[in-house]
Amino acid sequence: MDSIMLKYDLAVIGGGPAGLAAAISAYENGIRSIVVLERDVELGGILNQCIHNGFGLHRFGEELTGPQYAERFISKLSETSARVLLGTMVIGLNSDRYITCVNKYDGVFTIQAKAVILAMGCRERNRGPIGLPGDRGSGIFSAGSAQRYMNIDGYLVGRRAVILGSGDIGLIMARRMTLEGAKVLAVAELMPHSNGLNRNIVQCLDDFGIPLYLSHTVTDIFGKNRLDKVVISQVDDRLKPIPGTEKEFDCDTLLLSVGLIPENELTRTAEIPIDFRTNGAVVYDDMQTESEGIFACGNVLHVHDLVDFVSSESEKAGKKAAEYITGGCVSIHKAATIDIKNGNGVVYTVPQKVVIGGPEKSLEVFFRVREKSEKSIVEVSSGNRIISSFKREFLAPGEMERIVIPRKLLENINESIAISVKSGGTV
Amino acid sequence: MYDVAIIGAGICGASVAYYLSQKKLKICVIEKETDVSMGTTKANSAIIHAGYDPKPGTIMARLNVRGSAMIKELAPKLSVPYKQIGSLVLAFDERDLDTINLLYNRGIQNGVVGMKILSSRETLEIEPNIRTDVKGSLWAPSAAIISPWELCIAMCEVAAENGCDFLLENEVTKIKSEPSFFEITTTERKLQAKYIVNAAGIYSDRICSMAGSCDFSILPSKGQYYLLDKNQGDIVRHILFQCPTELGKGVLVSPTTAGNLIIGPNAESNNHPEDLSTTRYGLDYVAVTAAKTTDKINLRENVRSFSGLRANSNRDDFIIEPALFSQRFINVAGIKSPGLSSAPAIAEVALDRLEKGGLAMPQKEDYKNSRKHIVFNELTDEQKNKLIKENPSFGNIICRCNTVTEGEILQALHSPLPPKTIDGVKRRAGTGMGRCQGGFCSPRVHEIISRELNIPFEKVEQDRKGSYIVSEKF
Repeated sequence: MDSIMLKYDLAVIGGGPAGLAAAISAYENGIRSIVVLERDVELGGILNQCIHNGFGLHRFGEELTGPQYAERFISKLSETSARVLLGTMVIGLNSDRYITCVNKYDGVFTIQAKAVILAMGCRERNRGPIGLPGDRGSGIFSAGSAQRYMNIDGYLVGRRAVILGSGDIGLIMARRMTLEGAKVLAVAELMPHSNGLNRNIVQCLDDFGIPLYLSHTVTDIFGKNRLDKVVISQVDDRLKPIPGTEKEFDCDTLLLSVGLIPENELTRTAEIPIDFRTNGAVVYDDMQTESEGIFACGNVLHVHDLVDFVSSESEKAGKKAAEYITGGCVSIHKAATIDIKNGNGVVYTVPQKVVIGGPEKSLEVFFRVREKSEKSIVEVSSGNRIISSFKREFLAPGEMERIVIPRKLLENINESIAISVKSGGTV
Repeated sequence: MYDVAIIGAGICGASVAYYLSQKKLKICVIEKETDVSMGTTKANSAIIHAGYDPKPGTIMARLNVRGSAMIKELAPKLSVPYKQIGSLVLAFDERDLDTINLLYNRGIQNGVVGMKILSSRETLEIEPNIRTDVKGSLWAPSAAIISPWELCIAMCEVAAENGCDFLLENEVTKIKSEPSFFEITTTERKLQAKYIVNAAGIYSDRICSMAGSCDFSILPSKGQYYLLDKNQGDIVRHILFQCPTELGKGVLVSPTTAGNLIIGPNAESNNHPEDLSTTRYGLDYVAVTAAKTTDKINLRENVRSFSGLRANSNRDDFIIEPALFSQRFINVAGIKSPGLSSAPAIAEVALDRLEKGGLAMPQKEDYKNSRKHIVFNELTDEQKNKLIKENPSFGNIICRCNTVTEGEILQALHSPLPPKTIDGVKRRAGTGMGRCQGGFCSPRVHEIISRELNIPFEKVEQDRKGSYIVSEKF
């Protein structure tokens, strides 16, 4: 093969918020030979089309727009020695950390790296997997596609819209369309609660008088060329539509905000084990996957609510990848590990595995709960033994939770641990 | 004055145009939609049947076997995705075993080669993911999978290069029969043609009635499908049928040429010819029935559900014959399954009918019968590098899911029959065909169409006329 082969200490796949933070952090932790591979023509990922503010409250204590938030990282990265390859698509990855890329300038080429950080982000779920029946005309968009049409291209996608799904992107698009003169008739949410941040429900729906129909879904779609009518129905506690509860909306647009799916096609190509709960790779507490030297962070690992959390998780991945490289690429996977399992009321945890006797003083675990509750106790247990517990005033599926467990408490544990919720009462 | 006007640019009209365009004739294809391949041709099981289904002695039986052999030769010539993976008709009880024996004997009479009745063990050996209580199967190695719309588009492109005019967005509204020609009125223009081939699919009875009396009627029958992600594409290795019943060939499970898994169709009768909706009821039936073949399918991996209409007629066989009122008006109608498999052979018969109706058709000295079509993903790294060096747009990946490059989109937009819609590009280049269903690439394809064809951004449509995407600039 006469194609180019490049060698780097660290290759970061993806130049969105996760990849940017990971690359900067790796540099700050001593790595100089870094390449960031980005398929778009600019860095920043999805942040570039998120022109609303609210980014960076946790991290910078101020409300930035998506592009402003990205710019802070892009300018910082430009001060490092990291090489950025734009317009470069990764089309292959294997567990020996050979990465096959393609772009306009270099053609197809291979990169070999001592460590790889997966930071490919996620994509939107669309009409297919949720099985929406009805006519198949135009006017049905994933909320993010509509956002791109509006914020990058400058076009309104329609005049009268219904939104299915009350995830954050759907809520933000409800406000965005309203501000540009469109009428948002309804937001329908299958579940009895919204998965969006509370602040978005208030600022994007309530402030504009847009009704939110909980426990409702779209049951029919009309319009052979362009959408002209959407029917929503109430669902029962098994999420099945209840006949007789139909509401019709004359509209030309249906936005779908029905979940995000981590984009792990490359991860699967490299045969890295995936956790079916997160749809992301299984990772250890150092963000390393089960494939040695390959780390993962951001929305490709699990879908986050706030970019601030993506950045901090990715910094950790960058730091750990740096330590792995400078430490001579010694595998931690041969050390004894324990699994973290879902206990009662918990949907998933990240990480899924912990190295016993890891160097850190504490273990940070992120998780999501199944339902809303108040005045709850989060318990960490092993078998019948409760290792530690945390009080929480309010828990909701839409808000990722974090606990920090002192490592000391994990000594002498040699089976799995479980995180569970003891509810003070659901709301 | 055209020698021949072909009405309808589905697989039948395209096949007729492909062969007629190689003759010294002035021909045109008239199509009401924005693109070719917009009706039944784009929404079906995408199967080239071996030919054991049709009753021996029927036109369908003869043309199925002949057509499938012709397509095997045509597909590589036209750079159309085609894989001869063979089919299995599965038997799950004694009655089914009788049925597959009957089909085997039919196949022998129809001239299908290579068939074999397999035992339960032999079946499970070559198809390990099916239900283990399978009693046996009929294996037909000549059955194949194909991209039907690409076959249609490829034949139309070659016809266009040979000088055939394509009058798209021209809906025929009136046909006046004169002593030696027809005057055809469309929504856009008037034209004359000495001969007409009516290949209007589910509208063929209406078209025939415009010119004179019509002795058949079309009864569209809807079928619904699931198309699943590529990660489900290797659950089965063959086209898997259950035993046919009075209602049809039943629900099949098959890989597609793009590597997805297709399951369907159900059969609904007396549909409105414009009704391409999917229904929960119809799709649930498909899911439940497919589960009788294999329980390994994960419907959460569905990337798209769709419906297609079978152009069933009130006759049991294909109708490829002159109309009652004229030897110069050839109906190609009632082309239900195995219509796709038979299409090139149907065209041969149609050409024969034209000749019998008095049309002389000497071969052109210089004509095309093949096309080249670059699919980036199928090239070796060396070929990819050479291509990108010559034309860097092949290094710019637009569709992530299917690794489709800008170069392939430009190839489609500057082809002999350029599309002007997002879905027209999709059918030619494969953009938006993957798991994200265009969520990522649609706005980018949209920009490229607008730029290359000089169409204002807000005028670019999804597929059919009126399927606008953005409403206005703000």
